[in-house]
Amino acid sequence: MSDLHANSVAFVRTETIPESPPPGVASGPIKWMRENLFATPANTLLTLVAIYMIYLILAPTMPWILNGVWNANSLSECREILNGKSGACFAVLSERWPQLLFGFKYPAEYYWRPTLAFVLLFAAVAPVLFFDLPRKLLVMTALYPFIAFWLIWGGTILVPILALVGCGVGYAVYQRFVASNFAAGFFGGIAAAFIVWSLGGAMIPEGASEAAMLQPVPSRDLGGFMLNMMLGVTCVSLSIPIGIALALGRQSSMPIIKWICVVFIEFIRGVPLITLLFVASVMLSYFFPPDSSVDLFLRVVIMITMFSAAYIAEVIRGGLAALPKGQYEAADSLGLDYAQAMRLIILPQALKISIPGIVNVAVGLFKDTTLVSVISMFDLVGMIRGPILASTEWNGVYWELLGFAALLFFVVCYGISQYSQWLERRLATDHR
Amino acid sequence: MKKSVIFGALTVAGLAAGAAAAGTLDDVKARGKLNCGVTTGLVGFAAPDANGNWDGFDVGVCRAVAAAVLGDPTAVEFVPTTGKTRFTALASGEIDMLARNTTWTFSRDVDLKFTFVGVNYYDGQGFMVPSELGVSSAKELDGATVCIQTGTTTELNLADFFRANNISYEPVPIETNAEAQQQYLAGACDVYTTDASGLAATRATFENPGEHVLLPEIISKEPLGPLVRHGDNEWGDVVRWSLNALVTAEELGVTSANIAELSAGTNNPEVNRLLGTEGSLGEMLGLSADWAKNAIMAGGNYGELFEKNIGENTPIGLARGLNAQWTDGGLIYSPPFR
Repeated sequence: MSDLHANSVAFVRTETIPESPPPGVASGPIKWMRENLFATPANTLLTLVAIYMIYLILAPTMPWILNGVWNANSLSECREILNGKSGACFAVLSERWPQLLFGFKYPAEYYWRPTLAFVLLFAAVAPVLFFDLPRKLLVMTALYPFIAFWLIWGGTILVPILALVGCGVGYAVYQRFVASNFAAGFFGGIAAAFIVWSLGGAMIPEGASEAAMLQPVPSRDLGGFMLNMMLGVTCVSLSIPIGIALALGRQSSMPIIKWICVVFIEFIRGVPLITLLFVASVMLSYFFPPDSSVDLFLRVVIMITMFSAAYIAEVIRGGLAALPKGQYEAADSLGLDYAQAMRLIILPQALKISIPGIVNVAVGLFKDTTLVSVISMFDLVGMIRGPILASTEWNGVYWELLGFAALLFFVVCYGISQYSQWLERRLATDHR
Repeated sequence: MKKSVIFGALTVAGLAAGAAAAGTLDDVKARGKLNCGVTTGLVGFAAPDANGNWDGFDVGVCRAVAAAVLGDPTAVEFVPTTGKTRFTALASGEIDMLARNTTWTFSRDVDLKFTFVGVNYYDGQGFMVPSELGVSSAKELDGATVCIQTGTTTELNLADFFRANNISYEPVPIETNAEAQQQYLAGACDVYTTDASGLAATRATFENPGEHVLLPEIISKEPLGPLVRHGDNEWGDVVRWSLNALVTAEELGVTSANIAELSAGTNNPEVNRLLGTEGSLGEMLGLSADWAKNAIMAGGNYGELFEKNIGENTPIGLARGLNAQWTDGGLIYSPPFR
């Protein structure tokens, strides 16, 4: 056949033509734009309107940001430098930078202490957040609260060591008794820790703090974004275990435990957080004698923790309710006791379901820490609204400061949200 | 048995509380520090600088009291309070005195059980308008939109003023001073009304302060002064006379510059009594003889404090006005040191 053709046809191509690139309008960014931005007339119209809107927003803001003044000593100096042009006065951020981060009373020579605590925070939370890391790193997590306390507040090192020893003894007692009886182990551990703390507390010499390696810094001197971070981290990490306990307690078949949990959750959820904070800062000082009041930071931590624990408890209850009854029955039929069934079968599934809800509460809680500014604690927002805007130099700078605060909070909250999405993907075991 | 234990504990607690309330002066001396409540930040009156040192007109009063009692103007623990926490902080004993631009009113004095020891600034509600409106008196504001902070006495004063003058207005309710500045500059309202000192401070932060004027009418009385708890008259006397010492010092021409020279002894017996070279006024208060000298040296006399923090040479630029000495036609007047 081919011979015949060779004689009758002048030319036959024997190999395929190389693929030519698709025409310009059907490939690359143009195709993408045609498909996504200008597919239909209505679509085109919306795109043009949206572009115009973005232009309207960016046209004044970009020059404002790019013209920003970073070096000046006061707002009027900023305006002199700008000389009528539109521009931001970011100089307030550079001049008050340490105040925004650490508050106005934290001694400047000790800024390295909270900074170091912040860096160590990553080392401490990493093994908790990323469980592929070696488990031995959890030692760092266990030690971190005591190290961070010592770094930020300073004072004698005996206090955190004593707290650590108390926790260690409590854990040892728990381990010793938990095999025979969970309640004996749990309450025995708490009692042992308290005995160690009270005995040890009597032994710490008077005035040890003054001579300590790290100078003590009172809670009242904490402030700035540091305070938000401290409150956020402490309260989130405390409220998750408490929330789990409350959620399980609410499902308990023991009426007293059940009712205590129900009343606690419903009461706390029915009261605004700001009311609780006022009680913490204002009312409690009426009940305590003037000299023996509980530390303000501790009071606020207790109140915020209680608040978010109640919410987390309800989120986890939702997770528990979503589990099929068969899971509970399966655990029972394997002969597991309550603690084992919860730990090995129920909670891992319920918590996985609850992750979005828990993260939602955690993000909300972190932002709620700015509410402490109304009880005259100088967190980031409190610093901005109070001392910085009230100084004669910077009165009148709003956008720059509040925009900066928004940026800091966005970075942290977005990070939390991205982590939770990663966690959900990582834990996904079903095949949807 | 159990009940009696509880009652016993209550009695002891009550006695302890009573003892604590009775001797604020001794408490302060024993502590070596004065706990002074200030605002969380108000331009010119109290605000920490970039290094965290408190400065301002109200702060000056705290420092003067600390200097009078302890001899050291830096021996003050400043406790920032908000409008909501200030009274409980004082009543619960967390602070020894409150110097936080607080208006002296009947109910605060009588019902909340505080003692106002004097007035360090006579304020009053005023109006600010853009000068291009061409308004020269608040009575010409018929039909104006007014930016006003909700839930304050200024709101009530405003309603009273407009009703009394039989003119109408449209209120634009706002929450904070910061919001008010933005709304006013954006033209959401023709007039902004709040305390005159606050208006002056706000105006000073504008890009073009000259385009805005404060109207001459002051429509309310806002005497601002330091206060202490009811029931501890000795401590109240200390704070009252520390403030009076600053006022009298200005009246008698005693300044932080010439005080060293004058305290060597002068021909004016009142100056001598004030500075402790004659008589025993300090002893009567339970303080050292040079208490008033220390108080004045802390930040200068009343006039010096005023000029340095809120006076005409500062960005706030308040004139003395009502806050001039009585000899200059103002209301600042101290009882004699005798």
